[in-house]
Amino acid sequence: MKYMLLIYGSQDVQPRTPEEGQRIMDEYWAYEKAVADAGVRIASDALQGVETATTVEVRDDGERVVTDGPFAETREVLGGYYLLDVPDLDAALDWAARCPGAQHGSRIEVRPIMEYEQS
Amino acid sequence: MNGGAAGSVEAVFREERGRLLATLVGQFGDLDLAEEVASDAVAAALKRWPVDGVPGRPGAWLLTTARRKAVDRLRRDKAYAARLAVLQAEADRDGPAAEPAGDEDVPDERLRLFFTCCHPALPLEAQVALTLRCLAGLSTPEVARAFLVPAATMAQRIVRAKRKIKGARIPFRVPGADELPARLPGVLRVVYAIFTEGYAASAGPELVRGDLADEAIRLARILHRLLPREREVAGLLALMLLVDARRDARTGPDGQLVLLADQDRSRWDRAFIEEGRKLVVTALRGGRPGAYALQAAIAAVHDEAADVDTTDWPQVVALYDVLADVAPSPVVALNRAVAVAMRDGPAAGLALLDGLAADERLRGYHLLPAARADLLRRLGRRAEAVAAYEEAMALVGNAAERAYLARRLGEVRP
Repeated sequence: MKYMLLIYGSQDVQPRTPEEGQRIMDEYWAYEKAVADAGVRIASDALQGVETATTVEVRDDGERVVTDGPFAETREVLGGYYLLDVPDLDAALDWAARCPGAQHGSRIEVRPIMEYEQS
Repeated sequence: MNGGAAGSVEAVFREERGRLLATLVGQFGDLDLAEEVASDAVAAALKRWPVDGVPGRPGAWLLTTARRKAVDRLRRDKAYAARLAVLQAEADRDGPAAEPAGDEDVPDERLRLFFTCCHPALPLEAQVALTLRCLAGLSTPEVARAFLVPAATMAQRIVRAKRKIKGARIPFRVPGADELPARLPGVLRVVYAIFTEGYAASAGPELVRGDLADEAIRLARILHRLLPREREVAGLLALMLLVDARRDARTGPDGQLVLLADQDRSRWDRAFIEEGRKLVVTALRGGRPGAYALQAAIAAVHDEAADVDTTDWPQVVALYDVLADVAPSPVVALNRAVAVAMRDGPAAGLALLDGLAADERLRGYHLLPAARADLLRRLGRRAEAVAAYEEAMALVGNAAERAYLARRLGEVRP
């Protein structure tokens, strides 16, 4: 079963030192390798900051509205994701707990992927 | 003959229900399906056993039958068929299913199933409701009563939880020792709900269902041995012992309810009280006290007093104040009001009770009008007392409690 691990963190919290930033990056690389080696990784990416976000909406009359910034002003922003294929929720939670995205003040929302019947 | 076989189906099913459901959910990942095919298997047993005789291993017979019915259903249902194929593929990939590793961690099958059911990905209430309904055999209305919500609301919560178990594929497996603490609050609530249902059955002729209270205490003892450092486990065990110590004194010769004030305290179980008091001390020590420890402390104050008049009511009120802070609930507020009435007189208690009348959660809770009626009676406001006793009688589900209210009503009626 596929699960999306959505990494949410506060925008304001930045690594205090370059060394700390490097250490977190190293943790991510190690985790990236672990999910790949276990054969559970389908995809993963980190997102650029919300200051680069643009929101698009097509209104009922067909008008396209483009606005600068994220759709919702929230304290916590989506920073990246892992898409994993594992047997069940417990396995997904175990992988989420090992992810650096669950530490350093950020946290992970685990969402099962919708499965459609093939006809 | 027929009745005997039906009786043994029922007995076997009560015994095996938890294991049967857990195994089926573990295999098919769907609690609804598990419940349906378990019922199908029981129906088949009711038909077959009177003819063929009770099989040598009735539990295994039920499981095999239920499993076959599940596979039949899945085959009929196209949407499920794809899922069955996936399950099969995963079973092959994962290799033979390992025996649950936690067998030694939790040395009691029923408790193991409770821990299995109380998955932290489900909200606490849903964990408890599912466990009580599926594994402890309590009905949805009984579970609803434990949480002070309407039966329809509880049914809705159970539906939502089942949907999440299926949708997010929450596995049913025995958790390891390191996972137990996260699941403990749900398991403790389950054990306490079994005790409460045993202490004052929500419906039926008997006030006390001793089998349920005994079972809850047995389970709490195992938990306490297993997790001696968990203070709320000690607190819950203490609470149940200190309350259950009064069991024999709580009913009169004809099964009628005898309230705390009128109980023959020489009939209280001294050994239980001693054991409970020692546990309370453990439970209260070392940090912010938990809700069970505080309730146990209140029970201990009652158990230590020679009678109602010499009970340390200021101490009882003080403990309720802390409890209302740690675990606020309208029932705690109600009990606190009754204690205030004992400390400061019925008028003071009545003022507090009237403040609770607007609380939605207490609507339908018979103990609120019963407490009001008692205070009104003591204030000599007989007409209002009559109305409140009648209101309580319309809500109470237990025959012994209703008889008590009727007796009081007869005393105040002009």
